[in-house]
Parts: sequence; structure tokens; C-alpha cells
Amino acid sequence: MANTKEVRKQISSIKSTRKITSALEMVAASKIKKTQDLMFGGRPYSEKVKEVIEHIASSSSEYSHPFYEERKNKSTCYIVVGSDKGLCGGLNINLFKKIVAEAAENQKNDVETSFALIGVKAVTFFGNLGGKVLGQATKLGDKPNPEDLIGLTKIVLDEQKKGNIDRVVLCSNKFVNTMTQQPTLQQLIPLSHGENAESQTSMQWDYIYEPEAKVLLDGLLTRYIESLIFQAVLENNACEQAAKMIAMKNATENAGDLIKELELLYNNVRQAAITQELSEIVGGAAAV
Amino acid sequence: MSEFKVSIVSSNEEIFSGTADMLYATGSLGEIGIAPGHSPLLTGLMPGPVRVCNEDKEETFFCSGGFIEVQPDVVTVLSDVAERADSMDEAKAIAAKEQAEKDLADNKDNVDFAKAASQLAEAAARLKTIQKLRKKI
Repeated sequence: MANTKEVRKQISSIKSTRKITSALEMVAASKIKKTQDLMFGGRPYSEKVKEVIEHIASSSSEYSHPFYEERKNKSTCYIVVGSDKGLCGGLNINLFKKIVAEAAENQKNDVETSFALIGVKAVTFFGNLGGKVLGQATKLGDKPNPEDLIGLTKIVLDEQKKGNIDRVVLCSNKFVNTMTQQPTLQQLIPLSHGENAESQTSMQWDYIYEPEAKVLLDGLLTRYIESLIFQAVLENNACEQAAKMIAMKNATENAGDLIKELELLYNNVRQAAITQELSEIVGGAAAV
Repeated sequence: MSEFKVSIVSSNEEIFSGTADMLYATGSLGEIGIAPGHSPLLTGLMPGPVRVCNEDKEETFFCSGGFIEVQPDVVTVLSDVAERADSMDEAKAIAAKEQAEKDLADNKDNVDFAKAASQLAEAAARLKTIQKLRKKI
């Protein structure tokens, strides 16, 4: 039978853990709003860029950009957006599992796999896994700056232009609501020509490019991909805070349950000790 | 067709969305004016004001580079950073310009020349926008 001192110690240690988890829960809850605002703030831009890109795809341009080129898939690069900090439940691991499954599939089909990693958790996980890492960006904070991602994007896009990568996939968590985050893999390159590309071929038209198509399309498509990645980072941030809040809420509740059980045990042990002592005294008195 | 839709967005917010009957911007090859029914055009944006005119009203925005896409009835301005010119602070703009000039002047080793030059261009354009706006008032 455990003694009272041990149980008391255990209770106090769980109580202090509960304090930490409930503090983390409150921190996450206060950050949710901010990260969500950032996420929604970035949406108009990425939607507008997307519209423009779709217009471009449906135009009959004299210049075809390498990003639209459908090549035989020999090498795939995964841009993985993870969180910087842990304690957010299964958020990261659910996404990583999906990527690992795809990577295994690639290996079977003789497709080379490489990674570009965003966030400390992604870097640690795929670093341990082993695999070609093209670039990484970490510690972006709650208010990420688009500039921090330019380097990483450039490495990947340059490799694609050189022909070392045939397919680029963006992996991140999509924010559905506070309770649900959806790990998704989205193909960035080759860019799709849009659904209405076929129907508009009857109407041949093209932009007036100033100064010239190559420079402009290159700049615009790069910006488009940057904006998609940046938006994914913002979205992942919102997911992280939401997942963290839920995970910490559960941890706090579990700690509460555990404390209740331990207190019951403590009372039982205490009662048993008293009973034993009393019966010893009574037994002693009878003997005298 | 006497008016067209305009949307100005920057990477962290939507700046303007509405209709206009004329729009002026600084394209990468010089100033451009866009009237309704303009043929499709795609061009880069230089740091400078973007003016949206609607009958007698006129709104000015500051864009520090980006792209502009023109369709006959829709104009989309994809700005890197955009702000309403009314809210721009002249003192801040001057300070930024001075800082950029200083960086450019003591361009010894650590300051990236290209970056400093682009900062100066941006600060100068910002100042120009404010001054233009002042004159009108």
C-alpha cells in the first residue's frame, strides 16, 4: 500500500502540470484570433493572383512558361509546412504521415523525393527520417514575413527550371474550423491550365505585355507560388494555435481527472493508516 | 461600358474594391491611364501612386511595386505593399528617404547596393505621392 506522503507528492506534481497546461491553453486561445485575422487578411491577395493566373492560362500566349510544362515525373519536391513548437496534438504528425506514405509510394515508382522544410518540427522530423533537404526556414513567429520564405521558394523554383525537379507539392494543414484541421497535399508545379482553358480556345486573345512576356510571367508566377506558400504558412499558424488550444484543454481536463482519482486514493490510504493505528492501540490496551 | 471593376490587394489585406471610370498607375514603362474597355494588358508596377477616379471623386493609393492586370471590364492591382495615400505620414516618408540616401552614401561593404537603391526609389515615390496630394488639397 502506498503511503500518504508519496500520494501527496504525486498530487502536487500533477497540479503544477495542470497549471502549465491551462496557461498554455489560454495563451493559444488569445493567439487564435490574431492568427486567424492574418490568415483571412492574406486571402484576397492569393485569390486575386489566382484569378489573374487563370486568365493568363486561358490566354493564348506566344510564350510558354516552364511551370506549365508537363514532364515525366522523375523527381518530386515536397514543401512541408510544419509548426515551430510542439504541444499541438497530432497536427504535425498527421501531415507528416501523409507525406511519408507518398514518399514510400514514390520510392516504389523510382521517383526521387526531396524536401523543402518550413518550421522547426518539420526540420527535425524529416532530418531524422533522412532525405534530400533543399532548403529550410524556421522560427517565422506568429507574424511571418513573406521575405523569410523567398529564399526557400527560389531554391525550389530554380531547381525546377534547371530540370532537377519535375513536380512540386505543397503540404500543409488547411484550417476548416477550430476543431478540425485538414492535412492537404496540393500540387504547385506543373500548374494546371484551369478548367475553362478548353472552352475559351475558340476566342483567341492575348495580353499586351509591358515590357515582355517572359519577364512578366516569370515574375508573376513566382509571386503566385510565393503567395500560395505564404498563405499556407499563415493558415498553418492558425491551425497550430487552434490545435494547441484543444490539446491543452484536453490535457488540463485529464490532469483534473487524475487529481480526483489520486485524492480518493490519498483519503483511502489515510483512513487505512488511522484504522490500523486505532486497532493497534485497542489491541495493546486489551493486552494490558 | 462607362466603368469597370477595380480591386487593389496587397499581400496582407484588400485595399480597395469597387468601380471606377478611369485609373492611373505607374507602370514599369511609364505612367499608364486605363479607361473602360482597355485591351488586356499585363505589366509591372513601379513604386508610385495609383489613382482611382470615379466621376468627380478620386482616391489615391500608394503602391511600392507589384503587377497590374487589365481586362476590358476588370482591373486587378497586385501590390507588394499598398496603403491609402491619405494615411501616409510625410515625416515618415522623409525619414525613410533620408535613411535610404544614407545607406546608399555609405555603401561600403555591408549594405546591399541594389536594395538601398530600390528603397530610395520607393521612399522618393512615396514622398511624391504625398506632395501631389497636398497640392490638390
